[in-house]
Amino acid sequence: MNRFDYIRPASVPEAIAAAAVPGSAYLAAGTNLLDLMKVGTLRPERVIDITRLPDLDRIEWLPDGGVRIGAMVRNSDLAYDERFARMFPAVAEALLSGASAQLRNAATVGGNLMQRTRCAYFHDLASACNRRLAGSGCDARDGENRLHAVLGWSEHCIATHPSDFCVPLVALDAVVEVEGPHGGREIPVDLLHVLPGATPERATALAPGELIIALRLPAEATGFSGNARYLKLRERTSYAFAVVSAAAALEFEGGQIRKARIALGGVAAKPWRAREAEAALTGVPASREAFAKAAELALADALPSGDNAFKIELARRIVVRALSLAVEGTPKIMPALPASPFSTTAGVTHVA
Amino acid sequence: MSLSISLTINGQARTVVLDDPRVTLLDLLRERLDLPGTKKGCDRGQCGACTVLVDGRRINSCLALAASLDGAEVTTIEGLAEGEILHPVQAAFVAHDGFQCGYCTPGQIMSAIGLIQEGHANGDPERIRELMSGNICRCGAYQGITEAILEAQKTLAEGNRRDAA
Ligand SMILES: Cc1cc2nc3c(=O)[nH]c(=O)nc-3n(C[C@H](O)[C@H](O)[C@H](O)COP(=O)(O)OP(=O)(O)OC[C@H]3O[C@@H](n4cnc5c(N)ncnc54)[C@H](O)[C@@H]3O)c2cc1C
Ligand code: SF4
Ligand code: FES
Ligand code: FES
Repeated sequence: MNRFDYIRPASVPEAIAAAAVPGSAYLAAGTNLLDLMKVGTLRPERVIDITRLPDLDRIEWLPDGGVRIGAMVRNSDLAYDERFARMFPAVAEALLSGASAQLRNAATVGGNLMQRTRCAYFHDLASACNRRLAGSGCDARDGENRLHAVLGWSEHCIATHPSDFCVPLVALDAVVEVEGPHGGREIPVDLLHVLPGATPERATALAPGELIIALRLPAEATGFSGNARYLKLRERTSYAFAVVSAAAALEFEGGQIRKARIALGGVAAKPWRAREAEAALTGVPASREAFAKAAELALADALPSGDNAFKIELARRIVVRALSLAVEGTPKIMPALPASPFSTTAGVTHVA
Repeated sequence: MSLSISLTINGQARTVVLDDPRVTLLDLLRERLDLPGTKKGCDRGQCGACTVLVDGRRINSCLALAASLDGAEVTTIEGLAEGEILHPVQAAFVAHDGFQCGYCTPGQIMSAIGLIQEGHANGDPERIRELMSGNICRCGAYQGITEAILEAQKTLAEGNRRDAA
């Protein structure tokens, strides 16, 4: 780890002033930042500790029924908040499918949103990586790329965004509140992470020094609470990143789908909202054929970026499966294995 | 830049002067405070060997910056037994062969205590396995670990009922 100055601001304005100096990084729980500093991928000269900023650790219910979650709320506290889990069950399920109980106890909302890719070459200083060092190349193109992107990638970078949490957030139109040297603004989570194009070194829409202070979910998103799921395929049962994942949320009216929301994880450098697939489901009855068509549309532009063509078919199947589970209804209690395609409930099949 | 922080470690107030802010809680415990019970496996959040309780919650001490925890209460494996009397979770690990080489065990035990306090497993072995997935055991002692936690959870619940009566 490089040497750095440790700075502990007492207020949001102080934090933003401190981070305005180039070479600064915000420290929340540090479960991603310290990891990347240990290997040398990130080398901030100034670490700005935001864990003591006042009022960022609150979950507030808004008068219109939406919710505002402070950036320092811990992943486990949000997932186990009874009202939050009831109103936004797919978000709670996604949170509980991520990392481990210890990591979720530490990890914050802001840190989860801003976590970096798990591409192995990004973490290995001996490899070429445009995301780590602009213009150096991309060793993943001809390397171990089974788990890399199948949507929205470019010749310059084929990495994926690893967050589970962000997938239902994008499906449900969540917004982040940001404060920065030039004042405050709001960014839909769908526009927070950016596709690599020719500048993969830029992973998000945040300008240097900007701080996420809160995340908001709109009241409208609670309309899906009865039929919302997150499904995550992993290479082991638990404590692993997604190979592919999907959030699906449905609202019914008179036997027909009134509104559908679908987003995919593990397929692109951002959580991938499938708007055309949603449109195709609007106003039709739920059926396997309709879901298969939606899955086709969701992956219509997919292309392998390496040894990962299998992820395209897998993603289609996960979309169909997540939609089918959403039709069955949100489980009354959180499944023992959140978001897992494997179930220990007697009689429930493991195969879609 | 030197920095002074206060921590309560296993019930004892400690003031630590850090000459360098880079130190993690794990390295602070092992290298500077003579508490090597907490183990370093991966140093990257991937194994759980370094699990400790901070303000009562289990976290990975390898990914926590000590400076950031100023004022916190830390419990490590060294803080569990009362003299010769083992903590119920320690005793259950012994009774159920919840280990072989023992390297992952301090982390498993601290994690198990965190899990029981969190109260989301409700005696369901599948939930226990899922909520213990952040602790890898290279020896594969998982069966014994799950049984130990099931038993310890009961013992602790009975103890609480007795205390309340
Ligand atoms: C072994 C392991 C397994 C994991 N598995 C999963 C998984 O399966 N699914 C999953 O989704 N995640 C997983 N994670 C990632 C984990 O969710 C993140 O590490 C965590 O959410 C980061 O939160 P933090 O508070 O520790 O952030 P930090 O590490 O403190 O910060 C992360 C980044 O965000 C920036 N940042 C933090 N807060 C703010 C803010 N408020 N405004 C602006 N920038 C900010 C920091 O500067 C830094 O660049 C795993 C991590 C590990 C180590
Ligand atoms: S895929 Fe992206 S993150 Fe991975 S090596 Fe290539 S440029 Fe770097
Ligand atoms: S040493 Fe901390 S998780 Fe492995
Ligand atoms: S007992 Fe050997 S690693 Fe768990």
